[in-house]
Amino acid sequence: MGKIKLAVKTPRIDMTPMVDLFFLLLVFFILTATFRPEEAAPIKTPTSTSSTPIPDSHLVTILISKDDKVFFNVDNGTDSTERIRAKVLQAIGSQYKIKFTPKEIKKFEGLASFGLPADKLQAFLNAPDTKTREAMQIGIPIDSIDNQLMMWIRFARTYNNNLEFAIKGDGDANYPVVKKVIAILQDNNVNKFNLTTDLKGVEIPEEFIIK
Amino acid sequence: MAEIVQDEGHKGKGKRKPKKHGTHIDMTPMVDLACLLLTFFMLTTAFNKPKVMEIILPEKPKENEKPPELDKDRALNILLVENDKVLWYVGLADPNKTLPVLTEVDFSKDGIRKVLLQRNKELYARVANMKKDVTEGKLKIPRDSVESRIKRFYKQDKSGPIVLIKAADGVKYRNIVDIMDEMAITNIARYTLVDINPVEKMMVKTKLGSKSSVTAIK
Repeated sequence: MGKIKLAVKTPRIDMTPMVDLFFLLLVFFILTATFRPEEAAPIKTPTSTSSTPIPDSHLVTILISKDDKVFFNVDNGTDSTERIRAKVLQAIGSQYKIKFTPKEIKKFEGLASFGLPADKLQAFLNAPDTKTREAMQIGIPIDSIDNQLMMWIRFARTYNNNLEFAIKGDGDANYPVVKKVIAILQDNNVNKFNLTTDLKGVEIPEEFIIK
Repeated sequence: MAEIVQDEGHKGKGKRKPKKHGTHIDMTPMVDLACLLLTFFMLTTAFNKPKVMEIILPEKPKENEKPPELDKDRALNILLVENDKVLWYVGLADPNKTLPVLTEVDFSKDGIRKVLLQRNKELYARVANMKKDVTEGKLKIPRDSVESRIKRFYKQDKSGPIVLIKAADGVKYRNIVDIMDEMAITNIARYTLVDINPVEKMMVKTKLGSKSSVTAIK
């Protein structure tokens, strides 16, 4: 008989159920996650009572920021082998006599919205980081002398003819710019388009509520 | 930190004790990681997709084509001016005749919405009644058919107003969305965006006084 040994036992908590739960939730969130691509400018959309969700693909988005800059985005459609973005960029390249390298085209395909004159595109695509890229986004020219937005829309429609259009404007953007963008769309025979908004409730004056 | 506790068998005297507990793996780092990823995905997931409001504008008239005649009794002009102001009048503003009366309203439910509903009572009631029948189950039609029926009602509309939305230059995009939304809420069948003309600018100026409208109407 020696001295009495005290069993040193730290209490253990069985973490298995917790881990199970965590993984379940994790898998759920991974599968439901749809990544929002980085947008060229922060835009706070106005509210409306419309509850139609935005189309998933075949969408051209024209963004109008608070300081009236215009940005453009066209998606790759449902078949990425068609490389719509690459074709649109090359068409713009031949329009403004810019030769894009395959590397630049590849880079462009991976980007989302952008807003800068075509002649700055090459420098933009070769920019080392997002910060420099952000500083270069001065908006796409929309004035009648150099209407580049018109070209982007035209070429986007050339390579994807079932495109839908969405204008995503900041609530504080000025109407003349929006009017101009709408006029450009109409010049391209786009008379049906969407305005991106946030949802809000609707109230109707009493006497018109149908019971 | 993964510790593997092993019961070393006592050699020598006494019988061998059976293993009391099996291997324990410290799961803390794994849980940490899972928790971190979980938080990341929870925060980055965008559950509600942005909503869109569909707008169909009438085609631009061709160059040598006359713009369509407008029934001036049905024309409801909505003028949007700087600082979220809304004004409306009925008919046409002809400088050679007495100018129509301009009324100032706002974007609340008793403002422009009431004006539009009063003028569009018939069509609004038709659409609202059909929607009510659908929700109550009296009318069993699929959802997409509701849409096309509403469109048909719009086409048949003969009495509702033809709304001309005229926005001044100082207006914010928010106001445009608001007024388009009013068109959707009150089921206006025909509306379009047009430019504000000089006569109307003058009318707004006299109505609001010179203080606010000097900057609004250049």
